Amino acid sequence: MFKKDIPPSNRSKVKSSVQRGLRQKLLETYPGFEPFIEDVMPKKASLEAVKLPDRVTLYTIDSTPLFFQPIDGPPVPHLRLIHAYPSAVPTIQIDRGAIRFVLSGATLMAPGLTSPGGRLPDAEHALEAGQIVGVKAEGKEEICMIGMLKVGTEEIKSKGKGVVIDEGHYLGDGLWRMHLD
Amino acid sequence: MAEVETTPVEQARHVVYCGVCTLPPEYCEFGGTAKKCEEWLKENDSDLWDKLYSEDALNANLSTLSVSAQERAAKDAAKKEAKAAANEARDSERKAASKVLIKRVERNKRKYVTVVIGLEVFGLENKKIAKDLGKKFATGSSVTRSPAGIEEITVQGDVSDDLHDWLLEVHGKKIPESNIELIEDKKKKKSEGPV
Repeated sequence: MFKKDIPPSNRSKVKSSVQRGLRQKLLETYPGFEPFIEDVMPKKASLEAVKLPDRVTLYTIDSTPLFFQPIDGPPVPHLRLIHAYPSAVPTIQIDRGAIRFVLSGATLMAPGLTSPGGRLPDAEHALEAGQIVGVKAEGKEEICMIGMLKVGTEEIKSKGKGVVIDEGHYLGDGLWRMHLD
Repeated sequence: MAEVETTPVEQARHVVYCGVCTLPPEYCEFGGTAKKCEEWLKENDSDLWDKLYSEDALNANLSTLSVSAQERAAKDAAKKEAKAAANEARDSERKAASKVLIKRVERNKRKYVTVVIGLEVFGLENKKIAKDLGKKFATGSSVTRSPAGIEEITVQGDVSDDLHDWLLEVHGKKIPESNIELIEDKKKKKSEGPV
């Protein structure tokens, strides 16, 4: 989604009513943020919206990016936020061989997840298509990519091939490198 | 990471990011500037360096991949690194070759505007600099697109000498003095030479 560098663009204050709505939406989408919401997004703080290409809006507080939201999708936390609160989103894991592809912006394919180094949640914690997940990597602690699942995890297991996440936000992409100050 | 509590907490974790490639250090090897990153980490966070670059860790990394995949990955990494290095070389060459031009343009007999061209090559943002200059000299200052399609900063008034000094003072680290050139725009005889 953000393969190219993002040029600096205008930012604007978000209305407090809109901010309340966003907060609600964020909590709805990510119940995992519930305990931290006061730290992540204090009621008082003034949220700023930065326009990104492809009709995506990035929300920041004091030039720390919080999350971005495509015009037709749910909000997705920025990786820096995820690194600070890794427990807030469900995660899957890719094997070591896949890391370099993910970090150069390739779509995430199923074999990277089903191989021995990868990890998918068990059947009872299965994730549906459309869920936003963090992608960890074998032997690493931090999450290296975040994006929306194209297929459910059970389907990945049974099929073992095909696209899992395309258009994610990954370490070192344009959004990651973007300067906000 | 090193300073992260192990128990799940209400608090934000603090993650160290590499000063060279901005990724978390454990991902530096995929960033294309692995050598530099390693040096940076060694200097800035030796605990973490021990953890990531000790021999055990390196071996553990390698053992999980098949030999052919390892080779491919290594090749890919080398390619990436070469590309990054080439990029950097080209960038610095371009920097050395290009100049920041400070022009004094006559607007109306005794009135002048000062035009600055070429700041963006040195990693400065025209818009921000224009704002700063406006504040510094208390004059109008704007980014305009010249007929040739190049962005330039136009500062009202003749501030070329002051501007030259200011650039060196504030952004001297980014721009070597020899790369700044003062130009007087035509018509008039040359009264002040370049500093």
